[in-house]
Amino acid sequence: MNMKKLALTSAVVLTAAVSSVSVNAADTVRIATEGAWAPFNYIDDSGKPQGFDVDIAWALCEKMEADCKVVTQDWDGLIPGLKVRKFDAIIASMSITEERLRQVDFTNKYYSGGLRFLAPKGKEFNLEELDGKVIGAQRATLAAQYLEDNFMGKSDLKFYDTQDSVYLDLISGRLDIVLSDELPTYDWLKTSGNGDKFEFKGKSFKKEDEIGIAVRKGDDLKEKFNKALDEIMEDGTYQKINAKYFPFSIY
Amino acid sequence: MELDFSVVIEYFPRLLTGTWMTIKLVLLSIVLGALVALPIALARISKNWLISGVPFAFIFFFRGTPLLVQIFLVYYGASQFEAVRESFMWPILREPFWCAIIAFTLNTSAYTAEIFRGAIQAIPEGEVEACKVIGMTKAQMYRRILLPRAFGIVLPAYGNEIILMLKASALASTITLLDLTGMARTIIARTYTPIEIFLAAGGIYLVISILVIYIFRQVEKRQNRYLGTLSIKVPDKG
Repeated sequence: MNMKKLALTSAVVLTAAVSSVSVNAADTVRIATEGAWAPFNYIDDSGKPQGFDVDIAWALCEKMEADCKVVTQDWDGLIPGLKVRKFDAIIASMSITEERLRQVDFTNKYYSGGLRFLAPKGKEFNLEELDGKVIGAQRATLAAQYLEDNFMGKSDLKFYDTQDSVYLDLISGRLDIVLSDELPTYDWLKTSGNGDKFEFKGKSFKKEDEIGIAVRKGDDLKEKFNKALDEIMEDGTYQKINAKYFPFSIY
Repeated sequence: MELDFSVVIEYFPRLLTGTWMTIKLVLLSIVLGALVALPIALARISKNWLISGVPFAFIFFFRGTPLLVQIFLVYYGASQFEAVRESFMWPILREPFWCAIIAFTLNTSAYTAEIFRGAIQAIPEGEVEACKVIGMTKAQMYRRILLPRAFGIVLPAYGNEIILMLKASALASTITLLDLTGMARTIIARTYTPIEIFLAAGGIYLVISILVIYIFRQVEKRQNRYLGTLSIKVPDKG
């Protein structure tokens, strides 16, 4: 089923504004994002991918003077899709982990993440010991992996295809508590109208979590992206994009 | 790109756990689906629109919409309403397993009802007339003649429906159930070996399908014994 989905989504290729410099079609850099991780990447009303990741992608393309396409792909098909050349880079808020480094190369970080628990207001948890609790997370994320490593067999773990489904089941009460990345959840609490019922529990952790751009192993795109990253950090483009989404630096 | 099948061996026990979940889902929804389908099929045959109207709408809806949509409606849709969450149904509806069973049962019962209806209507008119001539009541006719006859006719199509259900059960993975597909996807999330793990999962589905086909062939042979072995006689020349 996944391969079918993969083929389908890559067929729905979403093109957007092209940088002024024209290059050969062969030089087109196809960048994949998920489109379900607001405010980092999401699909707007007109069906185009938007968000922090997408803005960064366009800014980098401009510096690289490359012809870019941004496509969307379900989360757990991103790395498989990159490996079989459905696209050339993943800018989808992907954490740099050892497991992933065995499959792909990563550029330098373009922001830092961190995990944090989320639960209904007024409920107290001992976050060290969530025995018997139903904990939710998105499948194939750092949060899911952390839960598998620390709570497997003790708590009831539920993994979802998208973060939106995780929120839905937290609201419905099927989940006691959720583990997710702090920044998108910060945005969700602020913008979804659920901030009065839910709150973060405990401090954020895994702050060493660095988010990078994934490319195929040995691809020289990595160096091009790194150079462009340095450039947008220096000329203030990055800071402008950061300020558009968060009132504090997320680098 | 080279394949590494050692992950299949390493994670095989977890794939089997997923297989067991898939088998539970399919068995339960097939049995419940058949029980729901029989009255629907009988009502659907009625020439009275008051009786056949509702079954018609039911079949129309469940055959005409994607199973994925039906699962989402039961799992995410129902849970949006405070009234549902506070009702006596919630202990059942909060469980993804039962949501999947409800959606699968309704879906397969719509298809099965149509299969049953077709089988009952495929019985030669002469046999129905014979029942009437002997003086059987309608209930007797169905119980003694029509339903047992329909059972023999229904088998090939019904076996097909079970195999379709087996494959459709992969959609349970979208509502957090760790069926064979869900388990495969969870393993891949860690190992990043989609080809190896999906090949293994596909192989397991294939084995289950072969079993279903074999069982149905045996039952068919038994049920339709009276038909004898099919033989074509070639007339001698001359």
